[in-house]
Amino acid sequence: MNKIIISAALAVLVALPVTAFSSPERDLSEFRSYYQNRFPDTPFADFQNGVYSIDAASREQWEDIEEFAPYELNISKGEELFNKPFANGKTYASCFENGGIGIRQNYPYFDTVTGEVKTLELEINECRKANGEKPLKWKKGPIADISAYMAYTSRGNAFNIVIPDDPRALAAYERGKRHFYTKRGQLNMACADCHYYYSGNMIRADLLSPALGHLTHFPVYRSKWGGLGTTHRRYGGCNKQVRAKPFKAQSAEYRALEYFHTYMSNGLEVNGPGARK
Amino acid sequence: MNDIRRKFLKTAVGLGSIATAIASGLLIPQRAIAAYMESAFAATDASAALIAAEGSDQHTPSDEVKIKAPDIAENGAVVPVTVSSTLPNVESISIIAEKNPSPLAASFQLSGQSEAYVSTRIKMGKTSNVIAVVKSGGKLYSATQEVKVTIGGCGG
Amino acid sequence: MASTIKIRAKTKSGTTTVKALFSHPMETGNRKDKKTGEKIPAHHITEVTAEYNGSVVFTAQMGPAVSKNPYLSFKFKGGEAGENVKITWVDNKGKGDSLEAAIK
Repeated sequence: MNKIIISAALAVLVALPVTAFSSPERDLSEFRSYYQNRFPDTPFADFQNGVYSIDAASREQWEDIEEFAPYELNISKGEELFNKPFANGKTYASCFENGGIGIRQNYPYFDTVTGEVKTLELEINECRKANGEKPLKWKKGPIADISAYMAYTSRGNAFNIVIPDDPRALAAYERGKRHFYTKRGQLNMACADCHYYYSGNMIRADLLSPALGHLTHFPVYRSKWGGLGTTHRRYGGCNKQVRAKPFKAQSAEYRALEYFHTYMSNGLEVNGPGARK
Repeated sequence: MNDIRRKFLKTAVGLGSIATAIASGLLIPQRAIAAYMESAFAATDASAALIAAEGSDQHTPSDEVKIKAPDIAENGAVVPVTVSSTLPNVESISIIAEKNPSPLAASFQLSGQSEAYVSTRIKMGKTSNVIAVVKSGGKLYSATQEVKVTIGGCGG
Repeated sequence: MASTIKIRAKTKSGTTTVKALFSHPMETGNRKDKKTGEKIPAHHITEVTAEYNGSVVFTAQMGPAVSKNPYLSFKFKGGEAGENVKITWVDNKGKGDSLEAAIK
């Protein structure tokens, strides 16, 4: 059984080395080196394509789908929703820097005023609230379409997540990092077990994607979902797959995880929305 | 309701108007366009499906029919399949997923202007042969590709 | 309202390649509703018609085994940049949609 094999193997591995001298910059540098050593034939930029950067057979199928990907329908819907004025006449553009165009690579960011990690979906709903509209559901539907459109306008921009010199920001980053490396659920597995230590290996018939470049293509159209879903929809699914109780979408825990997780992909380009199995 | 239909049909000209009529729910489409091969799509074995769709289940494997489909499908819900043929005067192309509950996935009718080429994405319930059947000169030719459908480890 | 159809049509060396994407659930009729346990009724595109220059150049008949949000690509001889192709779909509930797009 996979669970037994992985647990036994990892019992030998050293857990997260939290030293007094660790810093996000150092973590990032080690993270990148780890994957570049593990997958020496993959150019750094290609990690934005997940498993397709490390497996030719699935890449071919993915390229077939990318010829005219199903998320194209979502981008059109998202553009329409993004441009449609609220009842008060204003649009989403009024809430965002640069009118909301080409800004995906800045999310999530740490808001020093509120002390919160702000994700794109969070700000989409904050915009709605500020303009007297009801919030959208977090995991799929219109919010994913809008997020897809905004990601699409940002394609090609390199992720640039900032961790300001603020103990609260650092705490959020550390919280996200802790989630990534902590074992959870009945299967007692951490995100890192599949996506760091065992990335590139098979789990039954699935190839484990490297965490480097993980979030660049969200929101994602998954063949399994037959539709588009947000980052936190996938986080919930992953937690459930190791039989752990999922956190709520846009909870402090998932926002912290997204903060750490996206920071680890700094330098890689936005390529959302994406298509995956 | 019938009066409305009759009046609309009297004034409607060309397929464009029929399309509008369909979209507005006024016309039952099955009667407007070539009959939908209901029984072919309902057939539960490849042989019956082909007889209903193409008139026969006898097809000759030919290397003038090419089928492109993955060896191992990433996800059985979305399997890209492309069929092309160098045979002359291809009238129709049918795609069969042998082990699907209803093996006929789709059937395409070509015109004199068409090139013998079609690409689509199909659902497959399990590992199966995918057969591309092409009608040329009244006869059926085919190409087959086995596509494996697996159970993922990530619950998908 | 964003259309349920997206079309990309390109002509090259006398052949026009058309790619179309349709927004449709393509329910097989075999899936069960998780909450009620009842089968979700079949709801899928049955026919797609492509017209160019006033005549039908291609027809597709689809069963429910075509993937959700169907994709279709076909080719025909002729077609010039700026001319239109028209794609129409119809489903088993009698609903449908149509879209014209210029060949590039």
